[in-house]
Amino acid sequence: MSDPQGLTRRRALRTGAATFAGMIIVARSAHAQSPSPAHAELLQRLAAGRTPQQGRVRVRMPEIAENGSTVPITVTVESPMTAENHVKTLLVVSDGNPRPEVFSATLTPAAGKAEISTRIRVARTMNVIAYADMSDGTLWAGQTVATVTIGGCGS
Amino acid sequence: MSTVRVRLPSPIKRNEAFEVRTLITHEMESGQRRDAQGAVIPRKILNRFVATFNGQPVLAMDLAPAISANPYISFYMVAADSGALALAWTDDDGTVIRETVRVTVT
Repeated sequence: MSDPQGLTRRRALRTGAATFAGMIIVARSAHAQSPSPAHAELLQRLAAGRTPQQGRVRVRMPEIAENGSTVPITVTVESPMTAENHVKTLLVVSDGNPRPEVFSATLTPAAGKAEISTRIRVARTMNVIAYADMSDGTLWAGQTVATVTIGGCGS
Repeated sequence: MSTVRVRLPSPIKRNEAFEVRTLITHEMESGQRRDAQGAVIPRKILNRFVATFNGQPVLAMDLAPAISANPYISFYMVAADSGALALAWTDDDGTVIRETVRVTVT
């Protein structure tokens, strides 16, 4: 026996799931966006003409954050953090907040390990990108997509 | 007045990186919000965080309004000897909130 109500519910669920999948695809494709002028300016101040290479920098955030007003973030850079070879500056920017800058950290070999965690505001689902300027003159980048269900702009 | 909490692991091993976890109470008013009358609530954040161990810089951070209220910041440091870890947060109004914790290595 078919149950029209159940079918409707099933269809609604299927449609909902498809819509959700579509949202994820849209969010992931945000990767391809070029940075905003404000973001590009912050990057240029650090890069001074260099183009960042992808790698060595890892940005970790929860896959889906319910409350955008306080979303945990951990940024790690692969580096021995010795006097000869260490991270000098770690710049973190987002492309979905009213202003792109999140923080800029100056590290020294006394840090021992290049990892910083904090909690940030995420206005909407957006890319969060970290750039690491190394003592050997190389510049590295890593990023993640921060997905929120409730934006953190009003708090 | 802000309250500061700092957590260190125990024990801390000489010349081995360990995590310092800090928490400070502060509204971190972003300057993006409006009050009931529609007027912009002025920005008031902690804009800088500095960690120094025995007078040597470990970490300095410029903080943006994107940092959440009651900022949590954790970082790593390595110590060859025991000493004093000095932490300082600078408010937009110029106030500096300082905290010093004793680091004892084994």
